[in-house]
Formats: sequence, structure tokens, C-alpha cells
Amino acid sequence: MNDIWGTLFNFDNYGELLVLVQNSIYAGALLGVVGGLIGVFVMQRDLPFAVHGISELSFAGASAALLFGANVVIGSMLGSLVAAMLIGILGVRARDRNSIIAVLMPFGLGLGILFLALYPGRSANKFGLLTGQIVSVDNEQLGLLVTISVVVIIGLMIMWRPLSFASVDADVARARGLNVTAISIAFMVLLGLAVAVSIQIVGALLVLSLLVTPAAAAMRVTASPLLTPLLSVVFAVVSIVGGILLALGGGLPISPFVTTISFLIYVVCRIVGARKPRQARLTAGRPITLRS
Amino acid sequence: MPTTETASVLSLRSATLSFGDRVLWKNLNLELRAGEFLAVLGPNGTGKTSLLKTILGQQRLTSGTIELLGAPVTRGSREIGYIPQQKMLEQGTPLRARDLVAFGINGHRWGLPIGGAALRAQVDEVLASVGATEFANTPVSTLSGGEQQRVRVGQAIAGSPRVLLCDEPLLSLDLHQQRAVSDLIDEKRRELTTAVVFVTHDVNPILGMVDRVLYLAGGMFRVGTPDEVLRSEVLSYMYDTPVEVIRSRGRIIVVGAPDGYGAHDHDQHHVGGH
Repeated sequence: MNDIWGTLFNFDNYGELLVLVQNSIYAGALLGVVGGLIGVFVMQRDLPFAVHGISELSFAGASAALLFGANVVIGSMLGSLVAAMLIGILGVRARDRNSIIAVLMPFGLGLGILFLALYPGRSANKFGLLTGQIVSVDNEQLGLLVTISVVVIIGLMIMWRPLSFASVDADVARARGLNVTAISIAFMVLLGLAVAVSIQIVGALLVLSLLVTPAAAAMRVTASPLLTPLLSVVFAVVSIVGGILLALGGGLPISPFVTTISFLIYVVCRIVGARKPRQARLTAGRPITLRS
Repeated sequence: MPTTETASVLSLRSATLSFGDRVLWKNLNLELRAGEFLAVLGPNGTGKTSLLKTILGQQRLTSGTIELLGAPVTRGSREIGYIPQQKMLEQGTPLRARDLVAFGINGHRWGLPIGGAALRAQVDEVLASVGATEFANTPVSTLSGGEQQRVRVGQAIAGSPRVLLCDEPLLSLDLHQQRAVSDLIDEKRRELTTAVVFVTHDVNPILGMVDRVLYLAGGMFRVGTPDEVLRSEVLSYMYDTPVEVIRSRGRIIVVGAPDGYGAHDHDQHHVGGH
């Protein structure tokens, strides 16, 4: 039992390790910002399942890159862009979207497993793609991750207002002349990029903990357009950075720590949110009786 | 660009819409003037919503032309205010009443939703004019149906549109709220001289404010004042079956119409005493 605890939480030589992974921590924090921001729109546009679907194809792209000796980040980016485009173009209606994702997901995962099985290199790299590996990302790739993250953040800031309008109020936005379809495709591209970078941190299987859980938690406790993205970012950054710091000593993957922290934040937010008064909602839920 | 009061805001000429063999309406000619209130009535499936989609450029005519402010329609327009049916939003949707109104003013502009003092003042003014100041900062997902539709009217008029398209905006509201919201729409179109196209399956809540009616049924249409169109002979001919239009205490009840229209009014009989 003590052995397990020792592996889970080991803080020997912590200072030295911290210096080694300094860059990873900064990159992790930046990815937290990406996940927290984009998550707000993933929730509003009802896309959590799409995030999962994109991440599996992104995983296939990354493992193909690993097998063929190409850049893994670029491979995973290509995979997720293809998936995001397919889901964005074919899945305009929610029902179509769900079935397309359900079809794509196992296909992507299968492809990825095939490429990994063929890959002759170290097995740590293999599992990294599924379960997270930020500490093993080299500086060149870290630079790429940071660049992509910055692109996503700037892209979101530019399209924030029309994207919010189109996300919560598509019919009116369309009537007012907004190109809702173009906005939705542009968003899928940003989402694809965000998934590609998240995979490098938490792994394909656990991307939701970064792109959905923090925003879902924030939406349990506030409906303010300013506070929601802010809290969501804080939750995501705390989850990642906290996860990296805790995982450091034991040399374990960071993802279990990240997902646990983000899950606990969600649980707390749900409890806090449930204690808020609900009278207003009851009047809003008046049944429709006028139709015969 | 100044336009005269009588200028045509919306004009359909020989407009026909059909899906395969099914003709929704044929050779529809309609000129809508600024400030005019047009009610679009008829049973389900006769192309009321399709007419709105045509005006919004989302549905092409099978033949004929449609022009908005003298130019062919485009996919949506800043000159259009749109009031949809009331719908529930997910709890936690980060959107307050004032944000919804602000979208009506600058929702199309790029950037972060940070408005200056001028925008804030403008939104406050709109909210006050639709009686929504009290819940300006309340999340839209927690507003009642009537409150939500008030905010919707505010959103739709905030950009001073030339045409207001209303797609069953009173559906799912109780009668008191129906009255309040329709009065508000009427008041605003007079203030702004905005033309209104109001799609509804029940004309009664807006009977007092309607200038003209476009009645769609059985692949046919009739345009005219409510008194000209909502008559037993006219509707009997359109439905191709005996239909009786009864006027009672300022309300119109259609009896014998094959689809939901008459049945719906039957439901509302108890409402007489006001």
C-alpha cells in the first residue's frame, strides 16, 4: 500500500524536477486557457460528443505520424482537422452529427491502434498518445503546441461575438444576415486545433476532461457571459497545472491527476449550483397547452 | 437614403412555391408598405413558415420574384428584425436579457462582446421600452415565456429594422402575455414605421392591429383586410368544404376547417369574458 502511495505522490528531488518541466508547466497553463475558452462554446453548441470523435481521429493522425517518423503534433492536427470538417459539414443536424461521430470514432481508434502496433519504437510513446505525455514532449514540439494554442485563442477572440450569437440564437443570427454555416465551420477548425494540442497533454481518451468538464462546471454556477469563460479557464488551468505538479514525482502519466482534479471541480460546482434558488426556472417551464 | 412612407418594403410578384407536385402558393402578388401589419394565417403545411424562409433568402421561389427594399432578397439582412417562437435555453447558457438585446445591435460584428457606455445606454433604453429593465441582468434561460418574448421584441427592434418577421411569437404564452407581447409589437411598428409579417395560427390576439391578412389554404391564397378574407364564403371556397366564420365579442372563430385552425379556437372558448 505504501508503495502505491509512494508512486502516486512522490516529492523527492521535487525542486530539480520542477526546473526540468518548467516549460511544460507554462505550456500546460496555456492549454488550460485554450480548453477553458473553447469549452464554453463546445457546451453551447452541444458538441461534447464531437470532441470525443475528433480526438480519436486525431489519435490516428498522431500515431500515423509516429509510425512514419513525421511530426506527431502535425499528424494529430491533420487527423483532427479532417474529423472536425467531416463532422461540421455532414453533421449540421444534431441527429446526423451523433451518428457520424459514432461511425468515425471506432474507425479512428482502430486505425490508431494499427499504426501503433506497427510502430517499432519505445512503447512509452505509444501510450502517451492515448493517456497523455506532456513531460516527454520536446522543446520543438512544445513550440508548435504553443503556436497552435495562440492561434486558437486569437481566433476565438476575433469571432467571439458572432460565434456566441450563432451558438445560442442561430435562427435570429441567420435572419440578421450572419453566415452561420461559415462561422460553424470556422469554429470546427479551431476546435480541431484545440483537440490536437490537448491530445499531447492529456491523451486522446481524456480530452473531454480539458475541453468540456471545466466549462460544464462553470455553467453549473454562473450564467454570466464574462464569468463563465473566466471560471472555465481557471478550472482548466488548475486541473492541468495541478495535474502536472502532482504527477511529477511518481513519473506517472499526468492524465489521471488532471481528470481527477477536473472531475472534483465539477462535482463541487454541481453541489454549489444545486443550492441556488430555482423559482425562476419553474415559471419558465410552464407547459404548452394552446395546441389541440 | 430617404424613402417615402408608401414605398414598398417587401414585394412578391407572381411568386410560386412548390415542392415537387405539391403547390404551396401560386402567382402570389403582394406589396407590403412601411408600417403595415400583415398577418399570415392558415393551417399547418400551407407554407406560412416557407414564406418567411423565402423572405430570409433561405428558400428559393419556384418561379416569380421577391424583393426586399427594392433589391432581390439575400440570406438574411440587417434590415430585418426576427422574433422566433419562445424556446427554452439550457440552464447555465451564459446569456442575460441584455446580451440578447445587444446581439440585435452588434451581434454581427467581430470581436469580444465588450461594449462601451454608448452600447450599454442603447441596450438599457431598448430594455426599458419593452418593460424588461427589471430582468435586464437575468439569464435568459430562467425567464418566463412572456418575459423572454418581451426581450425578443427588444432584440428585434433594437437595430431599427424596416421589416419585422414574427414566426408564431405568441405560441406557448398565456393569454395575458399574448396580449402584452402583441401590443408591444404593434406599438413598436407604429413608432418605427416598420412593416410586420406575423405568422400565426390564431389571429385573435392580433385582430385589432392587423391591416391585412394573407390566408393560405388548399394551395390557394387570399389577401385583404380581415373583414374581406375571414368570411364563410371565402374560406369555404379555399378549403373546398363548408366552413363557418363566426364573430363573437371581437373574436373570430372558424368552425369546420379541416385542419387545426378551427379545432384550436375551440380550445380557447373559455376565454370569452374579458
